[in-house]
Amino acid sequence: MNLTNLTKIALKALNNNKLRCFLTMLGIIIGVASVITMLAIGQGSKRSIREQIAEMGSNMIMIHPGNMERGGVRQDASSMQTLKLNDYQDILDNTEYVSACSPSVSSSGQFIYGANNYPSTIYGVTEDYLEIRKFSVEEGSMFTPQDVLTSAKVCLVGQTIIDNLFPNGENPIGKVIRFNKIPLKIVGTLTPKGYNSMGMDQDDMVLAPYTTVQKRVLAITYLQGIFCSALTEELTPQAIDEITQILRKNHKIKEGEEDDFEIRSQEEMSSMMSSTTDMMTILLACIAGISLLVGGIGIMNIMYVSVTERTREIGLRMSIGARGIDILAQFLIEAVLISVTGGIIGVLLGVGASMVVNLVFNWPVYIQAYSVILSFFVCTITGIFFGWYPARKAANLDPIEAIRYE
Amino acid sequence: MATKEIIRLENIRRNFIVGNETVHALRGVSFTINAGEFVTIMGTSGSGKSTLLNILGCLDTPTSGEYYLDGIPVRSMGKNERSVLRNRKIGFVFQSYNLLPKTTAIENVELPLMYNSAIPARKRYELASRALDAVGLAERKNHKSNQMSGGQQQRVAIARALVNDPVIILADEATGNLDTRTSFEILVLFQELHARGRTIIFVTHNPELSAYSSRNIVLRDGKIISDTPNDNPASAQEMLKKLPVESD
Ligand SMILES: Nc1ncnc2c1ncn2[C@@H]1O[C@H](COP(=O)(O)OP(=O)(O)OP(=O)(O)O)[C@@H](O)[C@H]1O
Ligand SMILES: [Mg+2]
Repeated sequence: MNLTNLTKIALKALNNNKLRCFLTMLGIIIGVASVITMLAIGQGSKRSIREQIAEMGSNMIMIHPGNMERGGVRQDASSMQTLKLNDYQDILDNTEYVSACSPSVSSSGQFIYGANNYPSTIYGVTEDYLEIRKFSVEEGSMFTPQDVLTSAKVCLVGQTIIDNLFPNGENPIGKVIRFNKIPLKIVGTLTPKGYNSMGMDQDDMVLAPYTTVQKRVLAITYLQGIFCSALTEELTPQAIDEITQILRKNHKIKEGEEDDFEIRSQEEMSSMMSSTTDMMTILLACIAGISLLVGGIGIMNIMYVSVTERTREIGLRMSIGARGIDILAQFLIEAVLISVTGGIIGVLLGVGASMVVNLVFNWPVYIQAYSVILSFFVCTITGIFFGWYPARKAANLDPIEAIRYE
Repeated sequence: MATKEIIRLENIRRNFIVGNETVHALRGVSFTINAGEFVTIMGTSGSGKSTLLNILGCLDTPTSGEYYLDGIPVRSMGKNERSVLRNRKIGFVFQSYNLLPKTTAIENVELPLMYNSAIPARKRYELASRALDAVGLAERKNHKSNQMSGGQQQRVAIARALVNDPVIILADEATGNLDTRTSFEILVLFQELHARGRTIIFVTHNPELSAYSSRNIVLRDGKIISDTPNDNPASAQEMLKKLPVESD
């Protein structure tokens, strides 16, 4: 069998019926283009969510008191005092999978500088907090372990605080601001991070040594929370196990009893988010896949009509020496040419449409090589699959009957 | 010339079932044809000439009886084997031309060679143009089939049958639509092929043409009623010279 000749024959046949050929292709074009676009939108939003989570520290673990009943009365988490300093110390000293750890106490109130004031939250933490939350110092420096030991009256401020307390563009470093009448000297500023995926302003905060906030602001000895980093995002479950064991031991919780603390991790959230977006992507791809299927049925339909219409031609070809397989190959090549050409145009159109979606609607899109290869592959398969039956029918015609067909 | 037997028919019958009726197109035809014979087959319309030719061309299978081609029973050949045989050994001119629509003369003639991968594209074009030259259509190579007259289409069909240089040429009313002069031109062509050792079976309505063949078989109602050899075929070339040159 000579494929070049058969391809020439198939091309000629398609050329004889350009409009029909194009209309058949349209089904495939629309199918492929929508698969590509839908996958690009799905993958784009998944990636942008992942990026935002990574920005917040994808290996972050948050520990809060919670779930405790006393005499049958459920307690409000913020009023619970189960997390103690020694819990923090033990996590710091006795874990393998935790790379950074910081206690957390916070208080909201008015910050005042000169005539300006602004309501915000002060977070009492250690130096590790920067690493855990993926914050960095823009100007000045982080407070020191010494500051933590001595409950020094120092703080770092976020961009939103700077904008509101120093509207004239003064350098905030070295200035003393007040919070609940307590003077705090600004030793550094935080690099702006903007809003997170939940719409929270991540620059609207003040960081101070946790001892300062505990003693001078809140006058408490317990911790409101502990923030940790697992070594990597993947090791988060192991880290959570270690922390759970330490806390249960420290809090003398017997087997079978509920934890009196709550551990949440970014990994948990990100896998939840990505499973939602994955589901959305699959759904979109399914809808698009159905249109590809419809396109394939279009090919089958046209090939069918074409075989019937060209019965005499098939009979003639056979009578001058075309074998069944030559006829089969010719019709299959015709079907594949239609679907592959449609596929190429569909890919281009899909990529174009994704870009338009990105530019006009500002949606994040991401075109994966695999989605292009996949739709292309599916196209070819569609062509072969839906071309097969009509081609088979053509190949099985009896030459003399076919040539006499009216 | 070697008198090798090339075709042997033994009691060939071909029935067609049309509704509840059975049409007996051939009712027991037997003959042998040696390589290099030029046989004309005549008979009234419906006598079974085309049916016989289709069987000889391995396009159709007889209801009963055996057909040996070059000593091999055609019944035992597979579908593909028969296709290849038709492609390499047999040239068939159909009564109704059967050209591809929307296709140029040269492409129509090239068609049998397209299914022979041993022949490269350049050679294919060369052979096809030579065949078209031979039937006097050198000027019409790139005309599409629907842009040609019946006679021209018939000549394209003849060129297509000759292009693969077949051993056996089966022609069904190959000159049926042609004027006397062109008919004789075609006949000259067939006589030349015959002289080069080709076996030719030529179905015609025109009793005059039997003078130019080496044997004449007459069919009636699916049976052979006469089978006469002609030891002294007339020359179509000489007849052509005597014809007045017509101006179109
Ligand atoms: N496919 C078919 N189905 C039914 N009947 C057929 C078929 N082919 C041929 N016949 C019948 O067989 C008989 C012989 O037909 P055939 O075509 O061989 O005649 P012919 O000698 O070629 O006639 P003509 O000179 O008109 O071409 C006719 O009666 C015809 O009706
Ligand atoms: Mg006939």
